[in-house]
Amino acid sequence: MHDFTPISGLAGGALIGLAAALLMLLTGRIAGVTGIVGGLLQPDTTGRTADRSWRIAFIAGLIAAPLIAALFGAPLPRPAMNASLVVIAIAGVLVGFGTRTGNGCTSGHGVCGFARLSGRSIVATFIFMTTAVATVAIVRHGIGG
Amino acid sequence: MTSQPHRALAMPVLASFVCGLIFGAGLLISGMTDPQKVLGFLDLFGAWDATLAFVMAGAVAVAASGFAIARRRAAPAFAARFLWPDRNDIDAPLVGGAILFGIGWGLAGICPGPALVNLAGLSLPIVVFVAAMLVGMIGQNVFDKNLWRRRAAAPRAIETSPLPSRADG
Repeated sequence: MHDFTPISGLAGGALIGLAAALLMLLTGRIAGVTGIVGGLLQPDTTGRTADRSWRIAFIAGLIAAPLIAALFGAPLPRPAMNASLVVIAIAGVLVGFGTRTGNGCTSGHGVCGFARLSGRSIVATFIFMTTAVATVAIVRHGIGG
Repeated sequence: MTSQPHRALAMPVLASFVCGLIFGAGLLISGMTDPQKVLGFLDLFGAWDATLAFVMAGAVAVAASGFAIARRRAAPAFAARFLWPDRNDIDAPLVGGAILFGIGWGLAGICPGPALVNLAGLSLPIVVFVAAMLVGMIGQNVFDKNLWRRRAAAPRAIETSPLPSRADG
C-alpha cells in the first residue's frame, strides 16, 4: 500500500524547499517549524505582536494547506497510526522537548541546515535519523531483530 | 497618515502565511504527512520506502538555491536583515535533543511540520500528539529557564546572555 513514490516525493520536496527559500528571501527567517512554534511559547517574545504574528501566520498556512486541498475534493488528513494513544503522547512529548533542546527538527536542521551546509544541523540530522531508525528497528523487529 | 506601519507588519505576515501554505502543500504532495510512509523510510530492516530521501533531496536543492540568492542580497524584501543562524558549535543539548527527538519520531512517525498539517483533520491521535508536543516544548522552556537561573547565580554569569542564541530551525 505504501509504495515508493520518488516523483511526488521530489515534487513535494521542491515545494518545501521553495517555501524555505521564500521565507528567507521575503522575511529573513529560517523555515524551522520547531523554532517557529517554540518562539510562540517563550515568555520573552509574548509581548511582541510583530514577532508573534508572522509565526502564527506560518502555522495557519500549514493548517490551511489541507483545508484548501479539501475544497478541491482532497480528503482531510486523518492518518492511520498503529501506536496506542499513550505511546503517541510519549512520542509527542519527546518530539517537543527534544526538538526545542536540539534547536531544530526535520525542517530547520534537515532541510534548511543541510541547505546552509551547517555542521551543527548535519550532525543533528544524522543523530535524529539514526536514533529514529534504531527506534523503529526495536519497535518493529525487536532488539537484535 | 501613511499606511507604512501597517504594511511593515502586514507584508511579513502575508508572506509567512503563503510560505506556510506552500510548505504544507509540499508535505501533503510528498506523502510525508502520512506517518506510515515516514516509518516506511525509517524501517531499514522491513519493506524499505526510500521516498523521504527524495523529499529531502528536492527540498535541500531548492532551498540551497534560494539561500544562495539571499546571500547575495543586502536584506530580505520585507524585513531589515537576514536572520541566519549564527552558531557552529556542537554541544550537549544539540546531541541530546536530537536523540530524544529521534526516539519520538521513530515511535510515532510524525515530526512537528506534518503534525501541524495533519491537525486540519482533527483526528484523535494527531490532536493527542500535538498537545503532547506543545507540553514538551513548554516543558523545555521551563527546564531551560531554570538552567539559566542556576547559571546566572554562578559568579561568571556576566559573560552568558540570558537569552538563548539564535535558533537553527
